[in-house]
Amino acid sequence: MLKRVFARPERLRMYIKQLFYEIDNLGVNSVWIVLIISIFIGGIMTIQFANAMENPLYPSGLVGLGTRDTLILEFSSTMLALIMAGKIGSNITSEIGTMRVTEQIDSLEIMGINSAGYLILPKIVAVVFIFPFLYIISVFFGLLGGMVTGPITGAITIPEYIDGIQWLFKPYYVTFSLIKSLVFGFIVASVPAYFGYYVQGGALEVGKASTKAVVNTNILILLFDLILTRLLLI
Amino acid sequence: MISVKNITKSFDGNTVLKDLSIMFDRGKTNLIIGRSGSGKTVLLKSILGLYEIDKGEIWFDDRNLVEMNDKELKKLRREIGMVFQGGALFDSVSVEGNVRFPLDMFTNMTGAEKQKRVAFCLDHVNIEKKAFKLFPSEISGGMQKRVAIARAIALNPKYLFCDEPNSGLDPETATVIDQLIQRLTKEFQMTTVINTHDMNSVIEIGESVLFISKGKKEWTGTKDNILKSENKILEDFIFANKLYAQMKKR
Repeated sequence: MLKRVFARPERLRMYIKQLFYEIDNLGVNSVWIVLIISIFIGGIMTIQFANAMENPLYPSGLVGLGTRDTLILEFSSTMLALIMAGKIGSNITSEIGTMRVTEQIDSLEIMGINSAGYLILPKIVAVVFIFPFLYIISVFFGLLGGMVTGPITGAITIPEYIDGIQWLFKPYYVTFSLIKSLVFGFIVASVPAYFGYYVQGGALEVGKASTKAVVNTNILILLFDLILTRLLLI
Repeated sequence: MISVKNITKSFDGNTVLKDLSIMFDRGKTNLIIGRSGSGKTVLLKSILGLYEIDKGEIWFDDRNLVEMNDKELKKLRREIGMVFQGGALFDSVSVEGNVRFPLDMFTNMTGAEKQKRVAFCLDHVNIEKKAFKLFPSEISGGMQKRVAIARAIALNPKYLFCDEPNSGLDPETATVIDQLIQRLTKEFQMTTVINTHDMNSVIEIGESVLFISKGKKEWTGTKDNILKSENKILEDFIFANKLYAQMKKR
């Protein structure tokens, strides 16, 4: 399938138009959910770190450091990809799957259009393109969530938190996670597209394919998280 | 003209089409009829190249589909219009967007030229201007079929294929769709192949009729002689509807 997906487009202009539509549909429409989840998770992590670091022997900066590194290394890349697999992945499978069972894909083929390329390539490019931005948004709002929640709950003061998130900062962690988000973006778009494109039957099968796609995408994300962490971090 | 020569197609050892030959003429509505599971859809999809046949030849005028490479097949498909059973309109695009899609994809027309062509095609299938901006989910089944026909003729095809174009429609709308297809076939001199199990369509527009049973050609003729046929399998198929049995008696 990938060979057909990356084949030369019939009309580049139409693919680019479709790409912008997908960036909006799959990417921009996901910003709100990323923002809300990140703020809450950032806040919750700050409270939990503060709770675990109550011992006065621990420096107060550990709360900010812990929140920051968890967000940068794991939450905003891997956990967010798992969440997006549910939102974007199921959307892709059900959209392409419905097109398959209602003969819209056959209709494209009869017109002489490479349906795999036209339907899937813009989605893959859009998701791979948008994922690093979602990652950055997630890290930023996660840290903001911690900064707001810390003083409100009395867990930590703002200066202590800001000191903490600047303490022992390793820029490579961001590079590492950006690489992960690119790989996860590809998985989140391509695996559900595969399941949708080859679905057979009716609405029931589209639903089943959607579930299968999300499960398989999640497993692949975790597998690649392990591989990339081993290859790039240790 | 489309000429099918001795084609055979099987799935997992089950032969669905058996050494079938037929010729579909230009400027005529050519109907393929048969019971559900008789191989009609497989025949249609084989002619379209959606299924790879095991044996035989499929000629579109002087070009053999079986010997075509991907590039040639794509070129041929731009000369083909197809109306699917459910319409197969793109859900996320408006009525006019659906008809404009093949023009955007394959022509270098200006925006104004495309708009003119879209209006021409939709006008030919009697879609009012106020429906141009509606989405497929906002229009009736009959209108969806008409929009599908408009999209199929947008690129001025030489060959038009319709898979059960009036299934799910009331008898009056079904007749409108049948007559529309016949009118467009004459007007644009297309080779039209219609897959149906609707006897009303046969009596209405069956200028050339192929009856297949169990993947084999059982009978060929026209709407004028189908009711007089002595073929037992065809008789069983037609006269399952008592109305046609009465017509034969008369």
